[in-house]
Amino acid sequence: MDLKEWFANRQKRKETAEVKTPLTTEEYCALWTQCFQCRELLYTRDLRTNLQVCPKCLYHFRIGAEQRIEQIADPDSYLELDAALSSGDPLGFIDTEPYPVRQIEATRKSGLMEAILTGTCRMEGQPTALGVMDFGHFGGSMGSVVGEKVSRLVEHAEKNRLPLILISSSGGARMQEGILSLMQLAKTSAALKSFSDAGLLYISILSEPTFGGVTASFAMLGDIIIAEPGARIGFAGRRVIEQTIRQKLPADFQTAEYLLKHGQVDMVVDRLRLKQALANLIEFHHRPGSGEESTGASTQQAIYSR
Amino acid sequence: MAATDKKIVPLEFEQPLALLAQQIEALEKQLAENQSPDLDQDLQRLHDQYDHLRRSLYTNLRPIDHLALARHPQRPYTRDYFLRWDPSWTEMHGDRHAADDPAMVCGFLRLADDVKVVALGTQKGRTLRDRQVCNFGSPQPEGYRKALKLFHHAEKFGLPIVTLIDTPGAYPGMTAEEHNQAEAIAKNLFEMSGLTVPVIAVITGEGGSGGALAIGVGNRLLMLEHSVYSVISPEGCASILWRSSDRVADACQAMKMTAKDIHQLGVADEVIPEFLGGAHHDYDHTARSLKDAILRHVRDLAKLTPAQLRQDRQNKYRKIGSYLER
Repeated sequence: MDLKEWFANRQKRKETAEVKTPLTTEEYCALWTQCFQCRELLYTRDLRTNLQVCPKCLYHFRIGAEQRIEQIADPDSYLELDAALSSGDPLGFIDTEPYPVRQIEATRKSGLMEAILTGTCRMEGQPTALGVMDFGHFGGSMGSVVGEKVSRLVEHAEKNRLPLILISSSGGARMQEGILSLMQLAKTSAALKSFSDAGLLYISILSEPTFGGVTASFAMLGDIIIAEPGARIGFAGRRVIEQTIRQKLPADFQTAEYLLKHGQVDMVVDRLRLKQALANLIEFHHRPGSGEESTGASTQQAIYSR
Repeated sequence: MAATDKKIVPLEFEQPLALLAQQIEALEKQLAENQSPDLDQDLQRLHDQYDHLRRSLYTNLRPIDHLALARHPQRPYTRDYFLRWDPSWTEMHGDRHAADDPAMVCGFLRLADDVKVVALGTQKGRTLRDRQVCNFGSPQPEGYRKALKLFHHAEKFGLPIVTLIDTPGAYPGMTAEEHNQAEAIAKNLFEMSGLTVPVIAVITGEGGSGGALAIGVGNRLLMLEHSVYSVISPEGCASILWRSSDRVADACQAMKMTAKDIHQLGVADEVIPEFLGGAHHDYDHTARSLKDAILRHVRDLAKLTPAQLRQDRQNKYRKIGSYLER
């Protein structure tokens, strides 16, 4: 290339080059995250590689469903089921805003259609049915769609003889669907009863926070119940209990460690060891000749892979 | 007649009726002292007015009025029904692990010559002391585990199960959490869905959330006319969604919690009419009509095989829910 050409190219590059705007305060803040527990300033990208666990104090940051699946499933193995389900407005519920408006708002905030993603994946090569709740969507509340998706996932796992993992994170049943939400407790529990009678493995993982109707149904019905460190888990909320008994509760009340001490969960496993622990448990409970090698997704309506 | 000797306490929305009743009483007193055709006519007019008002009042109740009736302190409770259905019923105590929860009453009843049932229900307590002992009808985990013991018993001996529900919800206390309230409820839902005997659940007063459902997974769900059933107490709903404690009436309205609404939503199978003015006006009448309805359903379900009974119950709950599928 001659000198003239070089100059011409340089000129062109200059013209087409993106103009780099300086970072806004928000973007700048997004680069760094302060740990809620130890106040350490963490580089966000490092935090992400460390599965959103503070490297200094092991505080577990709340994570969304998509990120959880990324962390836990073998790469590119996740196939979503029943992605097309969305909530109706069976009661015509209006509080300060109509329920459909709140739904749109929730979807805008979380980027999800509903408070749970369900599908199949592989765990260290082993086919597994996986459901992950997202607290960021409507407080992870369980309405008809969450109940239906959990029930369908359980049925899919039973039909294809897959082990089942449900990761809960929820404030409880969704008030806006009234009694129909409450009935989802019975529906999901009934599905799990058949699943259990079929001799299949269900591992329930309780993450920050798991309360109300979700704890009082599928979250507490695991053959194995694992809690994440520091997660708050319970039936009634702390404030409600304090008002009822008119006493201050201990600081660690309803934490994963408190539950472990009181015999309510089988183990507390930190996020960095979770995937390996799950894979080991699935492998341990595998009956030779029972599990097929497919996740069954091909026969079902696998909508898309992520 | 009311079973309690005490006068019936009028609720807030019943005040106009109570006032009219007072006027009638005063007039009757006057009439007894000096006969006069004028007063006679007035009295007749007042009586007519009273009947008219009563009828229109109770046929146009707001959801919050149903709630008030469901929570009426003189409403019949589980023990009142059991005693009327079978005066020699046998009570069963304790969960065989930790405690005997007085908020959950369990036992064996003979409903008819050919119908023996395992029956259980929540109990609110009549006197203040009773109410404190029963936590105002909110069971502890031990109460739900006591119920579970009875479910297994019924299953073993092939007896139908009848559950009566009148609870504000499972007890939210520190020991209740430490003894795993959530697991106690979840386990009951799980086990009830697999039972192979007929299960009839009845909401007799308040159906408060998971604490009610924990003994409410039946083949049939019946509701008394003024009973309510909701996912959260209306007070809780108002304080969370409206951030105000004086929006309870709105919460009642929005949650669609009356027996009629629950029936329309396909969750309740039958609404059982109450005595005009509420079940507390006539315990015997309510107990009788409830028993008749239960017997009808038990006999109906007796035609199914154990496997069909389980499937029937699973199907009932599998269908409930409202969603769109693109």
